[in-house]
Amino acid sequence: MMADTIHSQAAPAGGVRVRPIGKPMGRSAGVRGGRGGTGWAAFGFIAPAWLYVAAFYVYPLAGNVRMSFQDYTVTSFFTGRAPFVGWRNYEAVWRDPAFAKTVVNTVAFTVGSLLFQFGIGLALAVFFQRRFPLGGVLRSLLLVPWLLPLVVSGTAWRWIMETDSGVLNQALMQAHLIDQPIPWLASTSVSLLSVTLVNVWVGIPFNMVILYGGLQGIPAHLYEAAALDGAGAWQRFRHITLPLLRPVTAVVLTLGLIYTLKVFDVIMVLTQGGPANSSQTLTTFAYDLSFQRLTFGHGAVVGNLLIVVAVVFAFVYLRATRDGEGRAAA
Amino acid sequence: MTRISGPSVRLARRAAAVTVVTVTALSATACGDSVGDTSGTGSGSASTLTEIDYYEAAPQNTQLPKLLDECGAQVGVKIEHQQVPRAQFMPKLLQQASSRAMPDLALIDNPDLPQLAATGGLLPLSDAGLTTEGLYPSIVEAGQFQDKTYGIAPGVNGLALYYNKDVFTEAGLTPPKTWDDLTKAARALTKGSRYGIAFSAVGTEEGSFQFEPFFWTAGASLKQLDSPQAVQALTLWKDLVDGKSASKSVVTWTQADVNDQFMAGNAAMMVNGPWQLPTLNENKDLHFGIVPIPIPSPEAKPVTPLGGEVWTVGHSDPAREKNAVAVLKCLLSQDKSLEWSTNAGYIPSNQAAAEQMAASNPQLAAFVEEVATARARTAELGTAYPKASEALFNAIQASLAGGTPPQEALSAAQDAAA
Repeated sequence: MMADTIHSQAAPAGGVRVRPIGKPMGRSAGVRGGRGGTGWAAFGFIAPAWLYVAAFYVYPLAGNVRMSFQDYTVTSFFTGRAPFVGWRNYEAVWRDPAFAKTVVNTVAFTVGSLLFQFGIGLALAVFFQRRFPLGGVLRSLLLVPWLLPLVVSGTAWRWIMETDSGVLNQALMQAHLIDQPIPWLASTSVSLLSVTLVNVWVGIPFNMVILYGGLQGIPAHLYEAAALDGAGAWQRFRHITLPLLRPVTAVVLTLGLIYTLKVFDVIMVLTQGGPANSSQTLTTFAYDLSFQRLTFGHGAVVGNLLIVVAVVFAFVYLRATRDGEGRAAA
Repeated sequence: MTRISGPSVRLARRAAAVTVVTVTALSATACGDSVGDTSGTGSGSASTLTEIDYYEAAPQNTQLPKLLDECGAQVGVKIEHQQVPRAQFMPKLLQQASSRAMPDLALIDNPDLPQLAATGGLLPLSDAGLTTEGLYPSIVEAGQFQDKTYGIAPGVNGLALYYNKDVFTEAGLTPPKTWDDLTKAARALTKGSRYGIAFSAVGTEEGSFQFEPFFWTAGASLKQLDSPQAVQALTLWKDLVDGKSASKSVVTWTQADVNDQFMAGNAAMMVNGPWQLPTLNENKDLHFGIVPIPIPSPEAKPVTPLGGEVWTVGHSDPAREKNAVAVLKCLLSQDKSLEWSTNAGYIPSNQAAAEQMAASNPQLAAFVEEVATARARTAELGTAYPKASEALFNAIQASLAGGTPPQEALSAAQDAAA
């Protein structure tokens, strides 16, 4: 009897842990018992998690929001005083000549990165589905960009893309594809393209691995049946692979989007956002405002903007995964 | 893919994912904002002092700790040495200030001084009994804020034109004196993988520092970034890059990169400072000479920016401050200052010592000549200098790397700095 009770209470523990987000604990929530003691016990289990979240997530977040309304200068660090200035920081960032350019750059960088990371990642995933000699080795080698610390690969790319002595220009010139070296990192018109290229290279393994995993989940008999029905390779890809890969695709793209939005090291190592802000994205711009120009209020504004964008897409992601689960369950 | 379902788990994951995402984005800007009163008590006893600087490369990063040990021993204190990269120096100092652990001794770049002195976190050195007598007036001025001295330089530096003697002899050229000479020599010496000249137009204070000798010598002022004189100076640089006498990569090169290019024989001339001398002199196959930065016309007066770091003492308690000042006295003494300058490639701040050094070391003659008329970067604008400098290096980059006409780029800079 006693053991039974414990058992029946243990079962909804998973539910109890998170219920406060949605609705209050109580009989209506379907928790058996509902005696006062259970509520306190439940609270005891929740408290550490909430304390952790409050201390490490909510507090800095609130601090950042507060800072965006303050004139936070070098002096503030010494005196602890930073007057509130209302929306003036937001106005200043909006008027900053680099801001509009940075937003456009961020969109171009993110869309460009996602498109090619996903496209190439998918192509490689489909390619590696076939079994062939050394396939496994090759697939593992493709993970290298993912395994290398970004500062290392970024520095290597910096050398590769050097205008005069970089191997990329040398190779292109040898192949007579160009007759003038391209200033990959030293021109305002190509620097964004260059950092995007490197970021695509960095992101391909992630896309490939997840999509490859997704492909494994598609039953082989579907392809066999389709082949029997006379479907060609393209039709099989178009009508079996793509639709069945949709839930995975949604996950890959939204996660990729959030990862790309916050890319910092690649740009910092390659161009520091330059020349003349031509490869500045919101992330590097926030760093520049806070830690180079030492206008912390302005940096906080851009940080907040990033958070809002990231939260929006985080919800999109959760929605996408929920839909995916729903379909899979049905 | 794991499949989890049930409304509660979904909610949990939603909450978790949103928080994770949010925090990763946040980490780019979040910084400590808990601060108290300015007169912190510091940590530890007065017999251990903390020091911070941004010397990352040899010989400076090995010479300085040695000097600190010597002076610490002389005063009877232990000095904890700490070095951070230049880009993180100011944020690090501010973070320490906010947690009331301001280093006792900080060696800061002279254009940053007014901003830091304005916070009230630094000890006025003139009140503490340190004198600036006999030092170059420009470096004294660079260490002052509102008529009080907060920073004193152990040594200063400036920029001059290095040239490769072998290349010049081979081409039958003499080192350039005027801008015309410079342009002609640079064009004539560009051959194969070698460029005529290398300089740094990087998007940091370094880029502005390298441009200022040309900017000021042309007669421009930081108060008016788009004056005809400023346009003239930027046009000189732009023509060098557009005419392929200088690499397009100058916008990505730091002064250390410029030095590497010169050492590798990829540039016949370079704009650089005396702190490169110890490294350059180690390379026995490289024969180079140094002349002052060329001027627009023979009658122009050369004005170069004054470079170098100044020692500051952070507010703590009287006992620590007293010890820090004692260490500083040792570091700034004639013999230590001379030792530092010789080993680290600096010009002594003391005018008489500098002239003496120039007489015995011809390599330094050009630098000493220029330091005498050098201008402190913050002399015109004070705490507003960093903003003008950022506008200026952005204009240089837009023009050299983006093809924006100098007039247009500098007008935009003037708008941004105003």
